[in-house]
Amino acid sequence: MMLVIIFGASFLAYNLQAYSSDPLSEFGESTAENRDYLIAKTIRDLQLNVPPPVRYFSWLRGIVAGLWGNFDMGLTRFDVPVTELLAQAIPVTIKLVITSTFLAIIFGISIGMITAIRQYSRFDYVITFVSFLLFSLPIFWVAVLLKEFMAIQFNDFLVEPQFSRTTISVVALVFGLIMAGFVGGSKSRFLSVMAGGAVFAAAVLSYVSLTRWFLEPSLGIFGVSFLALCSAAIVIQLITGVEDKRGLTAGFGTAVAVALLYFPLQALMPASANFLNVLTVFVATISVGTLIGYMVSSIDRRVYMRIGLFTALLATFPVVIDRFMAEFAGYMNSDAVRGRPIPTLGQANDLLATEQLENFWVSGLDTALHLILPTIALTLISFAGYVRFARGSLLEVLNMDYIRTARAKGLSERTVIVRHGMRNAMLPLTTILVNDFAGLLGGAIITEGVFAWKGMGQLFNDSIINYDLNLFMGVFIITALLTVLANLVADLLYGVVDPRIRIRK
Amino acid sequence: MSDVNQRSESGADKNENEIASRETAGLSQRQIILRRFVRHKAAMVSLFVLIFIILFVLSASGLRFGSRQDPYIVPGWWRYSITDIDPEGAIAASCNNGVTGCPTLDISPTFIDGDGMRIGDHPLGTDIIGTDYFALVMRGAQQSLTVMFIVGLLGVTIGTTIGAIAGYFGGIVDAVLMRVTDMFLVTPTIVVGAVIGFRFGTFGVIPLAFLLGFFAWMGLARFVRTEFLTLREREFVDAARVAGASDRRIIFKHILPNAIGIIIVAGTLLLSGAILAETALSYLGFGVKSPDVSLGLLISEYQDSFGISPWLFWWPGALIVSIALCVNFIGDGLRDAFDPRQRRHVSAKDRSNAQELSSERD
Repeated sequence: MMLVIIFGASFLAYNLQAYSSDPLSEFGESTAENRDYLIAKTIRDLQLNVPPPVRYFSWLRGIVAGLWGNFDMGLTRFDVPVTELLAQAIPVTIKLVITSTFLAIIFGISIGMITAIRQYSRFDYVITFVSFLLFSLPIFWVAVLLKEFMAIQFNDFLVEPQFSRTTISVVALVFGLIMAGFVGGSKSRFLSVMAGGAVFAAAVLSYVSLTRWFLEPSLGIFGVSFLALCSAAIVIQLITGVEDKRGLTAGFGTAVAVALLYFPLQALMPASANFLNVLTVFVATISVGTLIGYMVSSIDRRVYMRIGLFTALLATFPVVIDRFMAEFAGYMNSDAVRGRPIPTLGQANDLLATEQLENFWVSGLDTALHLILPTIALTLISFAGYVRFARGSLLEVLNMDYIRTARAKGLSERTVIVRHGMRNAMLPLTTILVNDFAGLLGGAIITEGVFAWKGMGQLFNDSIINYDLNLFMGVFIITALLTVLANLVADLLYGVVDPRIRIRK
Repeated sequence: MSDVNQRSESGADKNENEIASRETAGLSQRQIILRRFVRHKAAMVSLFVLIFIILFVLSASGLRFGSRQDPYIVPGWWRYSITDIDPEGAIAASCNNGVTGCPTLDISPTFIDGDGMRIGDHPLGTDIIGTDYFALVMRGAQQSLTVMFIVGLLGVTIGTTIGAIAGYFGGIVDAVLMRVTDMFLVTPTIVVGAVIGFRFGTFGVIPLAFLLGFFAWMGLARFVRTEFLTLREREFVDAARVAGASDRRIIFKHILPNAIGIIIVAGTLLLSGAILAETALSYLGFGVKSPDVSLGLLISEYQDSFGISPWLFWWPGALIVSIALCVNFIGDGLRDAFDPRQRRHVSAKDRSNAQELSSERD
């Protein structure tokens, strides 16, 4: 069935593109002497004398030949094999979209669920409005704004990275409001959380401003410890709640352990490091976390091990990010960057010296800085959809009878919402997530265009402008396969996460 | 599903039901929906804003029909058109720092700055060669709105037809139609749009919109099919069939009116998707082409001059955002209005009123 759909869709696309493109149009006004020869050559090369529906099958033959090994997507009009171009482009597109997808999923789902829990609160209304606004933003417009304010003006700001008092107080106030919105509750609690948040933000901003943190960013042992404790608090709240003494010990124990490991771990991340080193760091901390979870518990060990595991996972990110930050000052002052670290275009800085490129940390930092703008743009756009969906999904679940039962038998509100509510609300989300991965190319076409990345979207653009049918079909078939596979995975996954589906079948 | 969702008649729920039933007593379905919609403040505001934008845009730049060479023009009230070039005006409207074409619109009254409120010659400034930007933006918005409505209309018509036929007849018809839908669905809209737009963008906006509309119906067809699948099993359909109603009559008179909610809601989503898709295509150069304008094209043309003349960038973007935002809010309001499970937020005051009411009666 899948094959039939792909066959039909590719046939449709092939003919659509073939009939709507006219490769000979470029010769229309040509006055070259060998015009007739060029026309004849193009016709022969592209087999234009064969009608498209028939030509389609000669293209298909190359694809079907993939079954016995000699896969052939044909050549582009510049005689490059399509497979080669695709092999270069696919990793670029994946790199472009993967961070933003994860960020959008994590933030979107958590914020969406918080709005569902606080339905009809002021926070809910604000987030609803914001998500509708983001929903209505054209990505290319956001991209231009980001380029101006996040890149050009930020780079200007870095010359003298100090905040004025007004900036600090406004940002602190907004931060406090957001925090208070998250926490909610009575008016006095709202005000105290807001004051706390504002003071905290003001302190951090003043510190950043006074120490010119942006020129030599680092989290240091204090920043890492603070973030580790925050991660522990979040994980504990989600898995057992603060009433459980063993959960507290497991979570905060792991956080303290990661903080203590901060200096030893630096030895694992030397300048000559590669990806494996980072993996080793994660494996090391996660094992420590899991071990702590195992040691503090005697029954229900898996729960506490999970706390240790997730705390360690979250808390290790700051450690690794801190290591990347250590290279920032050198990177920024290098000749290739000249103090303007946030680029507006491209996927990598071509001017970097060889030793910089070979250094895992510097090239990683370079990639990360190039990813900042596209990631923010893509996250903002897709975030709204997740917020709306997670909110609707959780609201529907919270109206179910088993939630009432759970409340009636005296479970704490946290258990009801986290275990009975959120888990069930996640079920329909799996479908959306998988389908979204497939729909990413559509977004990537525009994003790659705006930020000049050379991925699938760029290939697609080129294929249309050059009337390059083989290239077009190469990009198309990847997307189509991805979509169909995603649907299949969604069906299978749904059966795995929701036992009711299996029984019904 | 429905039996799971049925609520038991306990405590607070009873009161809430009481409020709900008191509100809707003696009203027809249509009146209830209208009432719910009117109560949705954001949707009502958006509706008025959208109507205002449409009327404003259409009347400002006037209408053009017919071919490009020999158009039949209904003039609008704005004094410039997109073909008038007024370099002197551009210089006249130049700003202090030597940049030409600054907006003459000033909405801050006299007590904030000295100049006072005025509209001036070129309220949104002029572009680099001196074309009035207000005229350009209005014309662009008109094009974008045209695309939006044609795509929406066509998408809804085709989607409803295919979804209704597939859902109602089922069996082999359903299987074939749904496979066809899947085939279209596998092709991302932007891909099709780019292919079509690159070739047919120069033919003007209406053919482009029609072609885009032919590839925009799939999501809606799926929704409508699901709705028809459940509705056709209902008793009232059986009753109609037993009474001798034809398929046509059952579809149009019995099922379609019940599915209208989902069609309208999905249709509004289609509209907001369509305007974003059109602007994105024009931005990429695959949609409306110069010398004609659309909002996406304006942004794409002037994005590099953001640092010097930001107004060339702000206005078209603001219009796209406000149109899409309005449509989204209207869709949200309609969804709330059509969803029977959706109940208005019951405030503490309503609750206590109902409590008094029911205790008086007891």
